[in-house]
Amino acid sequence: MAKIKKKIRTITVNADKCNGCRTCEVMCSAFHAVPPYSSNNPGRSRIQIITDRLGDIWLPVFAGEYTEAECMGRNKYIIDGKEYRECDSCRASCPARDLFKEPDSGLPLKCDMCDGEDEPICVKWCLVDALSYEEREEEVEEEKPNMTQMEIGLEQFAKKHGLQTVIDTVTRMAKKG
Amino acid sequence: MRYAEAGYYLEIDLATGNIERVATDPKLMQLHLGGLGTSIKEHWDRVPPEVKAFDPENHLIFSTGLLNATPAFSANRSVVTFVSPQSGTLAYPMMGGFFAAELKYAGYDKVIFKNKSPNWVYLYINNDKVEIRDASHLQGRGAVETQELIRKELNLPKAQVAAIGLAGENRVFTASIEQSRSSASRLGGGAVMGDKKIKAIAVRGTKDIYLARPDEFMEQMKGVTDYIKYRWANPIKDVMTILSGIGSPQEMLHTDEKWHTENFAWGNARTRRRDFWTEEIDESWSKSQHAAVKRLISCFNCPTHCGALISHKDTPRYMAKCFGKLTYAMAAYVDDLDFSWKILQRATEYGVDSFSTPQILAFAVELYEAGILTDKDFAGCPSDKEGRFFWLLDRVVRREGIGDVLADGVYFAARKIGNGAEAFDHNTIKKHEQLPVKLGTLDPLYFLMYSTNEKISITQMEGQWPQSAFPTMEQREEFVRDWPQIPHEGFKQYVLDWELRGEKSIPYYPTPDMCSEIVDWMEMMHNIDDAVGMCCGMSSFCLKPPYHIHNYPKLISAATGMDLDEDGLKEIANRNRNLHRAYNNRKGIRRADEKPPQDHWKKRFPELEEELLSTYYKYKGWNEDGIPTREKLEELGLGYVANDLEMRGILKNGEN
Ligand code: SF4
Ligand code: SF4
Ligand code: SF4
Repeated sequence: MAKIKKKIRTITVNADKCNGCRTCEVMCSAFHAVPPYSSNNPGRSRIQIITDRLGDIWLPVFAGEYTEAECMGRNKYIIDGKEYRECDSCRASCPARDLFKEPDSGLPLKCDMCDGEDEPICVKWCLVDALSYEEREEEVEEEKPNMTQMEIGLEQFAKKHGLQTVIDTVTRMAKKG
Repeated sequence: MRYAEAGYYLEIDLATGNIERVATDPKLMQLHLGGLGTSIKEHWDRVPPEVKAFDPENHLIFSTGLLNATPAFSANRSVVTFVSPQSGTLAYPMMGGFFAAELKYAGYDKVIFKNKSPNWVYLYINNDKVEIRDASHLQGRGAVETQELIRKELNLPKAQVAAIGLAGENRVFTASIEQSRSSASRLGGGAVMGDKKIKAIAVRGTKDIYLARPDEFMEQMKGVTDYIKYRWANPIKDVMTILSGIGSPQEMLHTDEKWHTENFAWGNARTRRRDFWTEEIDESWSKSQHAAVKRLISCFNCPTHCGALISHKDTPRYMAKCFGKLTYAMAAYVDDLDFSWKILQRATEYGVDSFSTPQILAFAVELYEAGILTDKDFAGCPSDKEGRFFWLLDRVVRREGIGDVLADGVYFAARKIGNGAEAFDHNTIKKHEQLPVKLGTLDPLYFLMYSTNEKISITQMEGQWPQSAFPTMEQREEFVRDWPQIPHEGFKQYVLDWELRGEKSIPYYPTPDMCSEIVDWMEMMHNIDDAVGMCCGMSSFCLKPPYHIHNYPKLISAATGMDLDEDGLKEIANRNRNLHRAYNNRKGIRRADEKPPQDHWKKRFPELEEELLSTYYKYKGWNEDGIPTREKLEELGLGYVANDLEMRGILKNGEN
């Protein structure tokens, strides 16, 4: 299979530097508004600050994949004397919580790394450098689109939101180009 | 569509349990902006001057500011307004933190409480769902504890909760409203909340806040951001550390407290300890603070972090801000900072103001030492300084024994105790405890700020003007070199001419005319901040701040879609200021009330003070008694206020 160059984009979170201001939530949601910055709503942000204030936990977490089922067992981790629940660091939009879901439609949100911007918006506006961005190139095998996987994914959405919503969404996406 | 504002008020009638979501008239914003501005208007329209703090007719309004929940950095203030049990005037303590933004995201600009609830309740707001809920299980709980309990009970980790502690429940006049890392603490908002039997307000919101002209807005924000970075890299020279940066006083960051501990008075605003800050103290205070501060915490959408999570040995955790670190230790003459972390925890859970409360406790100790309060009043009180303060705090908050008298604050307690106690009330203005400072020569600017502002507390009136003249011309030139924040260039000359000694020094310089202009500028900026919900640490309370009179109109215009220029913004600030003044005039405030304590400065200048007041009143368009003239009021579109003042005989017919 042919090798291609792939851009690897990494956001490093330094939770100890986070002061809990939630600016990243404001700016992520504002950037993704249509037109950009015309509104903001941290409820729609693809980064969420998970807090247990008295427990000294202010943890920025980026929205990852949608998951249909919540996990059965959940661990607790004690790191540096602070107690984190597994959900605190989980990136999934999952039935067990309302995080990483569009507040109106309930559709899952996912961080798109602000594709097209020089630097992710949340990183840019975090003036205390709790978030930092790195970009590098790696050589990887060329990937063919995996139709089966895509189908499974769409099936999950259809189950949850109804086939019509999925069709509407795809049509809307196609229109936006 | 409404821009910047949510466009709705929540009206809660606690007597009937009726909840209404009321759309607001966009004209209100054009006339008064929002925040404090529109709140004053609501009080003017709804609460006649006969109403006292604990009457059911007193309204308690929690307000967001116009720019809260927009991307504007540091716009996060909640303004709480009510007729104060202490001063009897319209009070407006503010808190930072996260409450106002969340309320706006829930779709409301204000929550207006009227009447009283028969039982303890808390208000639960989750977007369109609003409920008055039973809070009997929360009675007696701490203000921090209550926030955590409610978040758990609602299973909403992102809900923001403002709560009162035992002090508010017992209507202690210095009771505060606590929320996350912040509190609204001056003039007894917690007492009014307790009187209405509201233990807490919990809010969660996930709605959009819109901007009218987003590109323009973000362009302004870029300027603000660049400036914040510039100020971080370039602290102001030749001023003390705490004034050289931006943000509220960085008490949780800096450990060097030489200036505060040696220049502010200790005990009941009594003595200065000029040689307090020894190497030993420096070492022990730094060690104590570094051990106690777990993390510095910001308010909503602010890059500065003025608050901290405190974890001191086996004391339960809490969040602290500003000045409480010093006030209890200094009032009790305790040299050990560990004491501060301990008593501050208890005070925060009780929910009391950390400016007034330590002074009240110190006042009680002084009366005891002077024999005015007796062993009977102090029966059961430990004899060590630390123990005595804890004991007194408990009594005040529970209103037990002598604590019941002290709970009304120094002014009222002194009069109730009598027997010479009045002489120990030497640090109140308009019945409210002030900063514990006793200084040398009258400072004309501070004289005006202390005397005349409706805030009644100096701590948030000063800011943009240097606290004293710079010793050398080089320093003055350096200071004025880069100063875009001033309303006009003339201010630079005032600084250049201002000297430490000689003809052009205090008290006669700046002159009364200049003082009027300078104070009016600072007051105007505070007024704008309080309307848009900006933290004064990023604006009016700060030397050379990111927000000022030249970028505010652009930012507000871009956010709201109104076309506002500098003159337009000044007019709104003036309108709000005069309406507030007229409200307090209706409540009885006159020239005679505008007086700092006699020993506030060692050297007083009675004639100059009168001249300062008269000049300033004239500058403001007020008569000799400090009441806005009809002409001024009409100019600001407040003819209805002039009519009301005339009808009540406060303004004489035809008087100007
Ligand atoms: S902007 Fe930075 S400091 Fe603020 S909450 Fe986000 S990650 Fe934390
Ligand atoms: S990288 Fe972009 S999309 Fe992802 S959380 Fe940050 S701002 Fe949002
Ligand atoms: S400057 Fe400090 S007090 Fe002001 S909003 Fe920021 S963190 Fe809060």
